[in-house]
Amino acid sequence: MSPISRGFGGRRRPVADPSRVPPGQYVTPDFPVLSAGPTPHTPLDEWSFTIHGAVEKPVSWPWDEFIALPSETVTVDIHCVTKWSKLDTSWKGVSVDTLLENVETEAEYVTAWSDGGYTTNLALEDVTGGRAWIAYEYGGEPLEPEHGGPARFVVPHLYFWKSAKWVRGLTLTPDDQPGFWENYGYHNHGDPWLEQRYQGD
Amino acid sequence: MARAAIPRRLTWQLGRVVELIDETPRCKSVVVDLPEWQGHRAGQHVDIRLTAEDGYQAERSYSIASAPEDAHLVLTVERLDDGEVSPYLTDGLRPDDELELRGPIGGYFVWERSLGGPLLMVAGGSGVVPFRSMLRHWAAGEHDTVPRLLYSSRTLPEVIYQEELTRFSADDGVDVRLALTREWPENWEGHRGRVDRGFLEEVAWAPAERPLVYICGPTSFVEAVAQTLVDIGHEPGRVKTERFGPTGT
Amino acid sequence: MEALDGNAIAGALFEYFGTEMTVARGACAYCGATAQIAELRVYGQAPGTVARCRSCGNVVMVLVSVRGLQKVHLSGFRLGD
Repeated sequence: MSPISRGFGGRRRPVADPSRVPPGQYVTPDFPVLSAGPTPHTPLDEWSFTIHGAVEKPVSWPWDEFIALPSETVTVDIHCVTKWSKLDTSWKGVSVDTLLENVETEAEYVTAWSDGGYTTNLALEDVTGGRAWIAYEYGGEPLEPEHGGPARFVVPHLYFWKSAKWVRGLTLTPDDQPGFWENYGYHNHGDPWLEQRYQGD
Repeated sequence: MARAAIPRRLTWQLGRVVELIDETPRCKSVVVDLPEWQGHRAGQHVDIRLTAEDGYQAERSYSIASAPEDAHLVLTVERLDDGEVSPYLTDGLRPDDELELRGPIGGYFVWERSLGGPLLMVAGGSGVVPFRSMLRHWAAGEHDTVPRLLYSSRTLPEVIYQEELTRFSADDGVDVRLALTREWPENWEGHRGRVDRGFLEEVAWAPAERPLVYICGPTSFVEAVAQTLVDIGHEPGRVKTERFGPTGT
Repeated sequence: MEALDGNAIAGALFEYFGTEMTVARGACAYCGATAQIAELRVYGQAPGTVARCRSCGNVVMVLVSVRGLQKVHLSGFRLGD
């Protein structure tokens, strides 16, 4: 164990309600930017969101139609696998339930994919039942590119690497297909309350 | 001697803070005594690790500001307002505090006499830190060419090592050129505004002299300067870059 | 978020390989462009660090610390080419 650096505390903040903080996490007032590559800049007139793969019929929305869909504003806590948690973050977007309303599928898994090539895998039951959104506003403002704008996946009950930035679609799959970080050792499920950070946890 | 500073193992060492020196309102030099230090090459860096009482750790890299010939290891740290580590190093440390670090690290962005010259160093902000190590190392030995340092800073008070650079210029003939990008004194005779192609053409050695070029600073600065120098005709293989994080907290 | 370069992963690579790696030269497995590791475009610290080819942008190296153990995935970079 390293010697203590006298007087060093880092950026953490004490929490009034520790039951909101999963094991091994600390609360930060910041919103750190972590990325695996350059920030994409897809013009809105070239943007679309697509649901395809193991579905009866793929469906796709251009930007104007997407933001005209019924939307929700939610306030949620988010938890990054790098141990920071941010409480009471506010997002506006379209629920995945809304997007899947007319989609027929027997698939049990999805892969979220993004501009720039990022992917992440989730169980279909983890993104339905009011647990996931495609969000285009954060904190009441249009989502900034460095935080995933124009739109990102938001799945707050799982570690935030599952909330793919710059998301462009969901591919429904019969089997669980490890995405980018999952291929390098991160957990296929990623429940912060069970500390499922790495494969085998 | 040149190869001495690749450690056989990269282990965390415990140093003791000897002195803290105010360089500019935002920058402080930390002088560290390290019993296990095996020496270093100019341009290398160290990783610093801080540990809180509950075991939380944060790690950052800092260029070594001291020359291999200097008595103590010196790091110069710029305090970033929203930083996690830098404010601790500039404002939290006291003499006799312990500091955990490992190094020296890096084999690419290094200069030593055997590499030759002529030497051109281009610094953006705190990117000047490794160049102080290189200049001190150059001055400590025999030399037949004189280095040039082009140093871009937002304002004059933010120029680090101002007195030492003036001495290098006056006593050793080092060609030090300052570019102030945001604010400058009324009678400022140095470059005003950002480093551009015209200024680089004026200050840099001509491509025919085949200088060894080192560029260090924020990513956008480094990339713009490197591209311009290549456009001017300098060999890409003789241009070395080290990008600092934009916030580098 | 601006990228850094291979100098930023020098310490992690030294720890993994037991030697200085940033001067090591290799070729991008996607486009063939050669570079020293110091010249790669480096993103992020975690969940992992990604190094990309400066020419084509493809991922050539990924560093992940799994349960405190550093792993380096080099499949996109042919060392020594």
